[in-house]
Amino acid sequence: MTNAEVTIRVPTPLRGFIGGRDQVTVPGATVREALSALTAGQDAFRDRLFTAEGDLRRFVNVYLGRDDVRRLGGLEAALPAGATLTLMVALAGG
Amino acid sequence: MSLKDRRLADLRARIAEVTAADAVALQRDGALLVDVREDEETATGSPAGALRLPRGFLELRIEEKAPDPARPLLLMCAGGTRSLFAAEDLLRLGYGDVRSVAGGFSAWKAAGLPVEVPPQLDAAQRERYRRHLTMPEVGEAGQHRLLRSRVALIGAGGLGSPIALYLAAAGVGRLTLIDDDRVERSNLQRQILHAESRLGQRKVESGRAALLDLNPTIEVVSHDTRLEAANVLDLLGGHDVVVDGSDNLPTRYLVNDACLRLGVPNVYGAIFRFEGQVSVFGGAVPGLRPCYRCLFPEPPPAEYAPSCAEAGVLGVLPGVIGTIMAAETIKLLLGLGEPLAGRLLLYDGLRGEFNEIAVPVDPDCPSCSAGARPELNDIAAVCAG
Repeated sequence: MTNAEVTIRVPTPLRGFIGGRDQVTVPGATVREALSALTAGQDAFRDRLFTAEGDLRRFVNVYLGRDDVRRLGGLEAALPAGATLTLMVALAGG
Repeated sequence: MSLKDRRLADLRARIAEVTAADAVALQRDGALLVDVREDEETATGSPAGALRLPRGFLELRIEEKAPDPARPLLLMCAGGTRSLFAAEDLLRLGYGDVRSVAGGFSAWKAAGLPVEVPPQLDAAQRERYRRHLTMPEVGEAGQHRLLRSRVALIGAGGLGSPIALYLAAAGVGRLTLIDDDRVERSNLQRQILHAESRLGQRKVESGRAALLDLNPTIEVVSHDTRLEAANVLDLLGGHDVVVDGSDNLPTRYLVNDACLRLGVPNVYGAIFRFEGQVSVFGGAVPGLRPCYRCLFPEPPPAEYAPSCAEAGVLGVLPGVIGTIMAAETIKLLLGLGEPLAGRLLLYDGLRGEFNEIAVPVDPDCPSCSAGARPELNDIAAVCAG
């Protein structure tokens, strides 16, 4: 574990889990560490992002900069200092 | 000898002339045939494949159509005289190989060479589309292209309103509206296609009335029905672009998969509260552009799906996203610029920020990867609203 800080942008449908804020800063040296810190103590939030096996759910996308982390090594991808992760889920409204 | 005849004799000695038959062969080899007669003259017929550019605008506009000064230009008028003057002007402008078609359009017709009657804009259309016609990127050819275009619009609601209004205003010749709702008062906070006076009407009929009021010269086809696997190919087939302004995930997956089957680009947009997403999916050679399933391979299960009942949205948000969708649609129809494909534009209304994420083609995409044949399914509603 490291103390490097990561900013995570959270889409509107998931903001209820973080008190309505649109982004939070958490510690984490990898994507998994940052998302674990984000969801710490919130089983429902964790369940929303991860399968029981600890994989990222297929309908949740996470981007480092503009790239899907699945293409950057997945949850174990290392995060540079000051990284910004963007969580994304489908929006339906029209 | 008159001044004119003396000048013509001088020009004939300096400007190369070709026969009409030679002009056809040169045209096939890449030369640009330019009919420099006035619009009234070309209205009844002009050589097939010719650029029609009246002599008065020749120097002003030729570079838009012939940016390579080395490309051979063949100028034609009615009898082969004005084209000599025009040829000299273009040589002076800097073109290296400019020739005049001897005998002009009369000789062309006499030789039985192919003639086309260019589509014409009437005076009212010229006035209506003037701001398009004066832009070289659209111009008369582009406006004709819009007028011949067919766009299917799924949803005549929040996103559908600005999209339909701007496409109708732009002169998209046929708009197909697909929606199965009625106009309710709570729609009017954002659905500017509708009006208090049309409360209770079917949305496609209310929309049709509004669009024809804005532009009575286009055709608006209305389908008061819900898209389903059984009707989607029939309803979307025959269109140049499909615009997805629907309000639920099952329809979005169905539209994506149907568009892949039809090979038609799908302009996608979605909104929630202060947030919006826009992109262009499919509609190009396989593997070139991603599809919606490259971004979201599958919908979330019902318990994680966005709740429609709570799906508030800032009234202007569909305007922001819908107008970008309309712009992308017109760009696709005209082949202009770079489509918003391979990336998803994210709008955060509260922060006033646009961001972009990459949406690469997924080589394992269940719908658009090599060999995949997208199935059309009615996914169970993942939102009860």
